[in-house]
Amino acid sequence: MILLANSLVTPGVGTIFWSALIFILFLLILSKFGWKPILSAINARDEMIKGSLESAAKAREDMLKLQSDNEAILRKAREERETILKEAREVRDKLISEAKGKATEEAEKLIEKARNGIESEKLKALAEIHEQVATLSVDIASKLLGERLKTTGEQAKLIDNYLKEIDFKKN
Amino acid sequence: MKTRILFGFFLFLLLAGSTISSFGQEVQEKTESEGKFDASTFILDHIADSHEWHILTRKNGEEVALYLPVILYSKEKGFDIFSSKKISGGNVYKGYKLEEEGDLKGKIVKINQEGIIDKENLPIDFSMTKAVIGLLAAAIIGLFLFLSLSRSYRKSGISHPRGLQSFLEPLILFVRDDIAIPNIGIHKYEKYMPYLLSAFFFILINNLMGLIPFPPPFGANVTGNIAVTFVMATCTFLITQLSGNKTYWRHIFAAPGVPLWLLPIMIPVEIIGLFSKPFALMIRLFANITAGHIIVLSLICLIFIFNSLSVAPVSIFFVIFMDFLELLVALLQAYIFTLLSSLFIGMAIPDSH
Repeated sequence: MILLANSLVTPGVGTIFWSALIFILFLLILSKFGWKPILSAINARDEMIKGSLESAAKAREDMLKLQSDNEAILRKAREERETILKEAREVRDKLISEAKGKATEEAEKLIEKARNGIESEKLKALAEIHEQVATLSVDIASKLLGERLKTTGEQAKLIDNYLKEIDFKKN
Repeated sequence: MKTRILFGFFLFLLLAGSTISSFGQEVQEKTESEGKFDASTFILDHIADSHEWHILTRKNGEEVALYLPVILYSKEKGFDIFSSKKISGGNVYKGYKLEEEGDLKGKIVKINQEGIIDKENLPIDFSMTKAVIGLLAAAIIGLFLFLSLSRSYRKSGISHPRGLQSFLEPLILFVRDDIAIPNIGIHKYEKYMPYLLSAFFFILINNLMGLIPFPPPFGANVTGNIAVTFVMATCTFLITQLSGNKTYWRHIFAAPGVPLWLLPIMIPVEIIGLFSKPFALMIRLFANITAGHIIVLSLICLIFIFNSLSVAPVSIFFVIFMDFLELLVALLQAYIFTLLSSLFIGMAIPDSH
C-alpha cells in the first residue's frame, strides 16, 4: 500500500506531457479567442457604467447649480427692483422738493419784482404828483398872483403853508 | 427558484446514488471473486490513474470498460500505439504487459524473450490515460463554455449580462477584482488575467467533473493527479520567475539590509523558497482533491466492510454531506491556487522603492 501511495505521488512523464500540452493549448486558445473579448467587453461595460454615473452626477450638479443660479438671479433682480424703486422714490422726492423750492423762489422773485414795480410806479406817480402839484401850485400861484398880487404878504404866506403841507405829506 | 433548487438537490442525490451503486456493484463482484474485501486497494485503485476506464463488471465476470489508447516509447522499438484492451487481463502484447502486482503495479513493463520483466528499461508511457481523457474533456468543456461566452459578448455588445454571461461573469469578475487586482496591482494585473482565469476555470471544471461519479469522462481523479498539479504549479513558477523584476531578484540575491556574512545562508534559503512555493501549490491541490475522493470512497466502502445493508443509509447520508463539502472544496481549491499564483506573481513584480 505504501508503494502504491508512492506511485500516487510520483508524477508520470506521459501524464505531465499530456497535461502540459492540454493546459497550454487551453490557455493559448482561450487567451486569444476567449479572455480578450470577454475582458474587453466587461471593461467596456464598466467604463460605460462609470461614465454614465459620472455624467449623471455632473448633470445633477449642473442642475443644482442652475437652480442656485436662478435663485441668485431672482434675488438679484428683486434687489435691483428695490434699489430702482428706492432711487425713483428719491428722485421723485428730490424733484418735488426742487420744484417746490424753485416755485417759491420764483414766486418770491415775482413778488419782489411786483413790489419793486409797485415801488417804482409809486415813486413815479409820486414824482408826477409832485410835478403836477408843483405845476398846479404854480398855476394856482400864478392865478393867485394874478388876482391878489397886491396883497403880497398874505399870499406868499399861504403858498408857503401849502407847500409845507404837501412836503410833509409826501414824506 | 425553489423548483430549481429542488431539482439541483435531486440531481445531486442521483449523482450520489449512482456513485454508490456503480462502485457497489463493482465491489460486490470483486468480493465474490476474491472472498475478502480490501478497502484500501479498492480506494487506491480508484484514485490512481489507469489505462482503461472501468464502467462495470457483469455478473459473469465480463468487464465493461473504455479501453484507452496506449502510447509507449522505448529506445529499441520506438513508438508503439495500441488499445489497452490488448494488454487487459494480464495479456502480453508486442512484448508489453500491464503489471498488476508488486511495486510496478499499474505500469506497463517490457518483457524480454525469457518472459522476465525488464526492470532496467521501462518504456516511457505516453498513454492517453484516464486522467488525460478527463483533462481533455474538461479542456473541451471549458473551451466550449468560454468561446461561446466570448461570442455572446461579441454579439450582445455592451448590455447587461444574460444567460451564460450572468452565470460566468461573476466568477470572472471575482478572479479580476478579488484575486488579480489586490495581489498584482491595478496597473499590472491585465497581463496575467488570461493565465489566472485559465488556471481558475481549468482547475474548477476538473474538480467539479471529478465529483460527478458516473459516465466517463466524469469521475476521473484529474486534479488529484500529481502530474496535473505539477504542470499547473510549474506554469505558475515559470510565469513568476519570468516576470520577476530587478527588485525581486535583488531581494533574493542581495537582500537589502542584510549583513554580508549572512548572505551565504540567506541566498540558499531564498532559492529554496522559490521552489517551495510552487511545490506547496502542487501538493495542496493534489492532496485536497485526493483526500476528498478517498473520504467519499471510504464512506461507500463502509457498507461493504460491515457487509450490511443497514449501514447504507448512514453511508449515503455522509456521502451526500461530503459531496456538498467537496463542492465547496472544488471552488475553494481553484480559488486558492489562483490566489496564491497571483500572490507569487505580485511578489515578483514589486514597485521599485
